[in-house]
Amino acid sequence: MGSYLPLTAAERGQMLQTIGVSSVEELFRDVPREAMDACRWDLPAGKSELEVREAITALAEKNRVFRLCLRGAGSYRHFIPAAVKAVVTREEFVTAYTPYQAEISQGILQGIFEYQTMICELTGMDVSNAGVYDGATAAAEAITMCRDRRRTKACVSAAVNPQVAEVMRTYCFGSDVELVEVPAKDGRTDPDALRRLLGADAAMFYLQQPNFFGLMEDAEALGRIAHEAGAKFVMGVNPIALALMKTPAECGADVAVGEGQPLGLDTAFGGPYLGFMTASSAMLRHLPGRIVGKTQDVDGKTGYVLTLSAREQHIRREKASSNICSNEQLCSLTAGVYLAAMGGPGLRQAAALSMSKAHYFAAQLEKELGWKRLHSGEFFDEFAAECPDPDGALRRLEDHGILGGLPVEGGLLWCVTELASKQQLDGVIEILREVNG
Amino acid sequence: MKTIFELGAEGRGLSLLPECDVPVVSLRETRRTQPRLPHVSENELMRHYTALSNRVHGLNDGFYPLGSCTMKYNPKINEELAALPGFTKLHPLQPQDTAQGAIEVLYRAKTLLCEITGMQDMTLQPAAGAHGEFTGLLLIKAYHRSRNDTARTEIIVPDSAHGTNPASSVMAGFRVVNIPSGPDGCVDLEALQKAVGPQTAGLMLTNPNTVGIFDKNILKITEIVHRAGGLCYYDGANLNAILGVARPGDMGFDCVHLNLHKSFSTPHGGGGPGSGPVGCKEFLAKFLPGPVPVRTEEGFALVKPECSIGRVRSFAGNFTVVVRALAYLTELGREGIREVGRAAVLNANYMMACLKDTYDMAYDHVCMHEFVMTLAGLHEKTGVSALDIAKGLLDAGIHPPTMYFPLIVHEALMIEPTETESKQTMDEAVAELKQLYKLAFEDPEALHTAPHNTPVRRLDEVQAARNPVLRYDFGA
Repeated sequence: MGSYLPLTAAERGQMLQTIGVSSVEELFRDVPREAMDACRWDLPAGKSELEVREAITALAEKNRVFRLCLRGAGSYRHFIPAAVKAVVTREEFVTAYTPYQAEISQGILQGIFEYQTMICELTGMDVSNAGVYDGATAAAEAITMCRDRRRTKACVSAAVNPQVAEVMRTYCFGSDVELVEVPAKDGRTDPDALRRLLGADAAMFYLQQPNFFGLMEDAEALGRIAHEAGAKFVMGVNPIALALMKTPAECGADVAVGEGQPLGLDTAFGGPYLGFMTASSAMLRHLPGRIVGKTQDVDGKTGYVLTLSAREQHIRREKASSNICSNEQLCSLTAGVYLAAMGGPGLRQAAALSMSKAHYFAAQLEKELGWKRLHSGEFFDEFAAECPDPDGALRRLEDHGILGGLPVEGGLLWCVTELASKQQLDGVIEILREVNG
Repeated sequence: MKTIFELGAEGRGLSLLPECDVPVVSLRETRRTQPRLPHVSENELMRHYTALSNRVHGLNDGFYPLGSCTMKYNPKINEELAALPGFTKLHPLQPQDTAQGAIEVLYRAKTLLCEITGMQDMTLQPAAGAHGEFTGLLLIKAYHRSRNDTARTEIIVPDSAHGTNPASSVMAGFRVVNIPSGPDGCVDLEALQKAVGPQTAGLMLTNPNTVGIFDKNILKITEIVHRAGGLCYYDGANLNAILGVARPGDMGFDCVHLNLHKSFSTPHGGGGPGSGPVGCKEFLAKFLPGPVPVRTEEGFALVKPECSIGRVRSFAGNFTVVVRALAYLTELGREGIREVGRAAVLNANYMMACLKDTYDMAYDHVCMHEFVMTLAGLHEKTGVSALDIAKGLLDAGIHPPTMYFPLIVHEALMIEPTETESKQTMDEAVAELKQLYKLAFEDPEALHTAPHNTPVRRLDEVQAARNPVLRYDFGA
């Protein structure tokens, strides 16, 4: 049996004596007898650390780790600099609680302040919070930021990640907001449909850039349509693509959110991830969650604190802007360290490499195999292409340790990042040639 | 200390990526301004973040008796296992037959946690405790809707509850009915009886409650709510006290959230990632967010329950946090888990017994895993507040207890030692607290101005909120 309990039997005896009881059971006198009697669970016996290591490692080994991953759809394998892991595995960062005691939490608070700055720089937006659970919950929280008593409808493009749309729908079930889907044409949001569906009751329109199919939307024009109807314009953006593409601020967004996982976090079967949330200054007090601000101590020295907490649940209770308490602080720190390690030029290089390789691969699929793209618009590092036998193609790739594109209607949704070399991509084409009949 | 933006020099950076080996493509329209990201060498980067980490009190830097947060030791084997490439390199959308080990992790964790809480099914998708509360409340909402019982729009919350309870209720579309606590900090049965009715969707309860007392009327409480047609939600923030002693499911609770980053030893990361699984009784299982891990004839699978409220997060939740919790549960096993609550409660009562001849206890009653002191008397006599004592502890290398919570106790300090602290550590903390008490009479000014030895001293929070500076100013 394993245990992390330090007390010796002698110490227990002394402690019970100090308390003035004869047994630990006496301390549970308020717990109803019948509840304690009912507590008869069926659990396995404890194990030594050696056995635990073997048991859990065996589970890890039952999984298939692909040497090349050509699938994205909300979770992206990018290069992670070694320095990132070295920083974020430091004990103090890993084990601390939320920085309630600012004097002994300056490292975390300054780390968030720097993260907020970098995310603002990346999105062009005025203010950032310390992050939320993931990109999907960030999009869902954005609805609450925008709605008011008259505007109780949210519009979401049909070309957003379906999991993000589903989380938004779940949150709307809670808040009794009507969620309306704006149809897409040729893989991109239909502006005419958007114009039709917005109305005096529309609180916001949510657009993903690049969208679920990897396509670049005409964000500026769609944002204008939203604003003309008096709705807020919310963008969900890929942070790597932000190194190249027009920022949400340049597109007129009121709120910009996104999945922060590509910024130095492992794909890790889905988590932990990070939802980043930014807004225009006008929306600052609607932002949910923790925000760090700069201030001074009694000696005039610069320091950092959690601030604007009058928005938050521990002060405002049922009137809070959100219920969020714990967020994904270590992931925010990771994103900050990643951006610091990459720097502007490094991030641009990662984005350009990903985009160039995705375009090379798309061209090769068409040229060598005749598999055409499903949509005509400009794309970043993901694209959907036809595939005569998706199951066969994916199985064959799997045999070679490669995770192929995600099955979508009409074909496969591919994602290529800077991790794939030309040689590897050429190899993939050759494997696929075998299933192309 | 400088920010990372003031370090390095333009043109400096790490050498990370290769040249492009395919034709270079770019977007037709690109951003007009470039992000001003740091330009540092790897050496500068490591020094900067190492300096930051040295300005953080972690669990291994000293005692961390932060009430309600269960800062127990985070075993290192958990970190090692969570970092295995067989977990970290999995894509969440890779075929399920290539991720059987990962789904088995989720399934095993779910099974063990259901057993420990007396629940029949569970989702591991919620990413934190508050996220779990929201999820559990949506289950309650979906249940009443499924029975066309749409009049049930109220959630009852005691005034001693964490702020997340009322906030989550509102997010789930409910009206919050606050009920006052009795003089013993427990639910006032009469007030509860008056509050319930055909409009009651449910009750949210933390038990042991936020003053560290187990509500002895718990069976009556859940019965009153059930008889009125409402459901009972167990906030697992304080589960550590009864871990291995009693189960929420045996006390009449219909659903429960757990904080894996509290009771199940996963680290808190300076504010997350956590994990807030939600367990429920059989009749609520079909509403759970999908997908949930199940056992099949071929192995393990992730499936969406038939009347699912829908996802509350993308993919399967904070997966590697669940790996850590599973490692912890595997190590402890039935005997180890049995000891957790007992040892946590013993430690808390010991510290309370040692301190009660000096400090005023908010409730003169045997406590569970934590206890609350009120410094209202000390404040009146000396002008020294709970905040001052907390700041005094900083100079002693001890993380202060939770301050000014629960709101129903004046000048509150809430101490939770957890089961992984030794008697010596607690004795030293007791001696330090007594020393500070003495100092409050002898030299109150020394406490008003504490801390003295921290990287920064008391910070101006009013200025921070009045003139928010939320990002680095690059100047012109």
